[in-house]
Amino acid sequence: MSDTNVQISLKPKDFKGKVDPDWCPGCGDFGVLSGLQRAVSELGLQPHQILTISGIGCSSNFPGFFNSYGMHTLHGRSLPHASGAKLANHEMNVIVTGGDGDGYGIGGNHFTHTSRRNLDILYIVMNNQIYGLTTGQISPTSEVGMKTKSTPFGSVELPINPLASAITAGATWVARGYTGNIKQLTRLIVEGIQHKGFALLDVFSPCVTFNKVNTYQFFRPRVQPLEDIEHDTSDWKAGIEKAMLWGDVIHTGVFFETKTRLTLGEQEPVLDEGGPLAFRELGLSSEETERIISRMM
Amino acid sequence: MGSFDYVISIGGAAGQGIATPGNILARLFARRGIHMYAYNAYQSIIRGGHSFLTVRCSDREIRTHGDVIDLIICLNQDTMDRHLEHLGPGTSVIFNSDTIEPGEAAEGVQLCSMAVGELAGKGSNKLMQNTVAIAVACQLLGIEFSALEDVLDFQFSAKGEELVAENVRVAKAAYEHSAANFQPAAQQAPQPSAPLAVWAGNQAFAMASASAGVKFYCAYPMSPSTGILHWMAANARELGIMVRQVEDEISVICMTVGAAHAGCRSMCATSGGGFALMTEGVGAAAMMEVPIVVVNVQRAGPSTGVPTKTEQGDLWQVLGASQGDFPKLILAPSNPLDAFQTIPEVFNLADKYQLPAIIVSDLLISDETSTIDPKLLDMHPVIDRGELITEAGEEAGNYERYKFTDSGISPRALPGIPGYEHVVSTDEHMPDGVLISDEFTHPHKRRAMMEKRQSKMDGLLAELAPPAIVGPADAEVTLVGWGSTAGVIQEAIGQLAAAGVVANHLHFKWLVPFHVDEADELLSSCKRTIIVENNYTGLFHRYLRSETGFTVDGHIRKYDGEPFKPHHITAAVQDQLAGGEALSVPYEEIIV
Repeated sequence: MSDTNVQISLKPKDFKGKVDPDWCPGCGDFGVLSGLQRAVSELGLQPHQILTISGIGCSSNFPGFFNSYGMHTLHGRSLPHASGAKLANHEMNVIVTGGDGDGYGIGGNHFTHTSRRNLDILYIVMNNQIYGLTTGQISPTSEVGMKTKSTPFGSVELPINPLASAITAGATWVARGYTGNIKQLTRLIVEGIQHKGFALLDVFSPCVTFNKVNTYQFFRPRVQPLEDIEHDTSDWKAGIEKAMLWGDVIHTGVFFETKTRLTLGEQEPVLDEGGPLAFRELGLSSEETERIISRMM
Repeated sequence: MGSFDYVISIGGAAGQGIATPGNILARLFARRGIHMYAYNAYQSIIRGGHSFLTVRCSDREIRTHGDVIDLIICLNQDTMDRHLEHLGPGTSVIFNSDTIEPGEAAEGVQLCSMAVGELAGKGSNKLMQNTVAIAVACQLLGIEFSALEDVLDFQFSAKGEELVAENVRVAKAAYEHSAANFQPAAQQAPQPSAPLAVWAGNQAFAMASASAGVKFYCAYPMSPSTGILHWMAANARELGIMVRQVEDEISVICMTVGAAHAGCRSMCATSGGGFALMTEGVGAAAMMEVPIVVVNVQRAGPSTGVPTKTEQGDLWQVLGASQGDFPKLILAPSNPLDAFQTIPEVFNLADKYQLPAIIVSDLLISDETSTIDPKLLDMHPVIDRGELITEAGEEAGNYERYKFTDSGISPRALPGIPGYEHVVSTDEHMPDGVLISDEFTHPHKRRAMMEKRQSKMDGLLAELAPPAIVGPADAEVTLVGWGSTAGVIQEAIGQLAAAGVVANHLHFKWLVPFHVDEADELLSSCKRTIIVENNYTGLFHRYLRSETGFTVDGHIRKYDGEPFKPHHITAAVQDQLAGGEALSVPYEEIIV
């Protein structure tokens, strides 16, 4: 990888993609886009050092609106694509963006296993508790009783708790943001990128078109940053306890964090030296060949 | 038929250690320069059941486990009861008389009764009966004891000198007992010649991809493809290959696509059930134009099917894998060496044409253990990654990932290069990668991008070797096949020639894109065509007909899980030539 250019620090607007977002006016996802642009600018990153990967859904259109390398993959499959890409080029900053249906529903299995695998990836989930692109059905995070086109009599299923799930599955940095608080959101994205290991950032990103319950008006009086109260982020039990709160007070901020677990990349000797696998010389040496054949004799 | 062609079968329950005598025999023959082919009939069980390993050895290259059995080693009563009736004059049965009662043997069958307890001594390991049996087999074939001693040392040295010494002592006693009491086999092993190597089919797939520069391999365990994962995992650190076992086959293929997009040569393997989960990922690779190599090792289906049995039942699954109409490469190698020699080319083609390549194997190819002449193993194949951009150049700042070109191939920049930032997408897109699927949909742009992708198939087809007929041009009958049936068809053609029937062989390896004109011309030149397939509905016949409009004259099909034996095909061809029905389904004699 050639990287000899003089690096000039870029402004958030330099991370604007080739096309303008096609999200509905007022969509929370604009806040996440803006937060990420500010965060990477603040960190002094260049577009070619970032690989943004998404699945399918409104929020998964993200890579097209952001100036970096990008992969807009299959519904629910952003994490495995990102895991393969990160292992192939561990020097890239891999950021996964998507929604709650994509990540916690169809991609739920990958969410669990990517959490425990602890690859150095930041996963930003724009959680609007509804399926927007398919015009309004329940999602895995919809509340009990929610009436949608697929649940005209109200949902009877319990919502998943992504933060508690991630903590129990082994994620090493688990946080929640809110698009009504861009300052906090940007700081969380900066921390998530800097964290070595799998970082989950669940973001309340209200759907102004299809979710008439979990609106800005709903969240504004309820959200309370954990940094405003006493919370030990190294205590996973306290993290789960705070994550389970859903009522008059709903917390945002970092719920749990550990720096003691090695990332998958750090535990994989194949990545120890020689740079990214993607750019290494191919083919076997004659010593390797001889060794392989001699074991067959 | 070579001057030496001898078949040894070992039967017992899973857990009785059939693999060990199988491995010892394989090494023994290979080190002597004797060709060997082993087929293991077994069940999806860890303990119990009935496993029946057939080891055929010959002084020439062999690709089937043959028609007859010359020697059976019975590790349990069940094996004796099931198989004694299949033995005729000149054959032998080795068994432990402490635990096994011989049945009623046909005239001329030699019963080699071994009192293992007495030979091995009190309290000896139960597995010692395997060593006793191997020693007797060696003695009957005229293989000197020192050759067996070498291989026992190789097999057991990792577990300590004491175990080696114990095995050698017991083997020696058994060998001497055999020399004093039994008649030698009618065929004696030839004198030693240049040693051969031993490999399993799956190992050939793994070795070939390693030599072709695979840097990322991902899998979820599924019989009969797991051998590839095992070899890769064992060699990963030494060869600098990232090998991962992950949560499911969906993750497997998506990680493979992700790694390939980032720049690694990437491969994954599975069987039909796992491949079903992978299909959406195959289309993703095609749409994003990411080169990947996927191996589907077929087993008897549908659904869980018969996990340890062979079948060529997945052809249409592979042909139709993933929604939409898109370019892909599909091939079916006919044996481990063919796979080994073709896989580097498959990686080059996938890279050059930026598409998914699917290799169709089956249990018969992937699970078989055979000898291979190490001189045939070129581990330094040509590696050609096609139009790959790995550092910044003139196009920096103006790069279009899906640029329109005459070949349909757009130079591919790897993520990480300054000035080449782009998004690859499973949505339809424009040359610069911007989606047209949401608000910019445009029929002319969609058409142009479809034509760009599909035009890659013209270049690809021109690079593939067209099918050819092997054998006499004016043959009375042409046997048509694909994939793993090549070896058994070839052997049947030899048997037919000996019976006065002139037959030749038309075999298909490259399935998509397909040489329509060449295939049609060849088929039309044949006097009579019979197609041989390991499935029920003639899947390849139907594909051939759909591509060429040609209808063959007869069919030989088998779908009981066991592979064809040469005589199955020989007899069916003779029957059809004599006016029998145009569909033959040979009867399987060995019940396991």
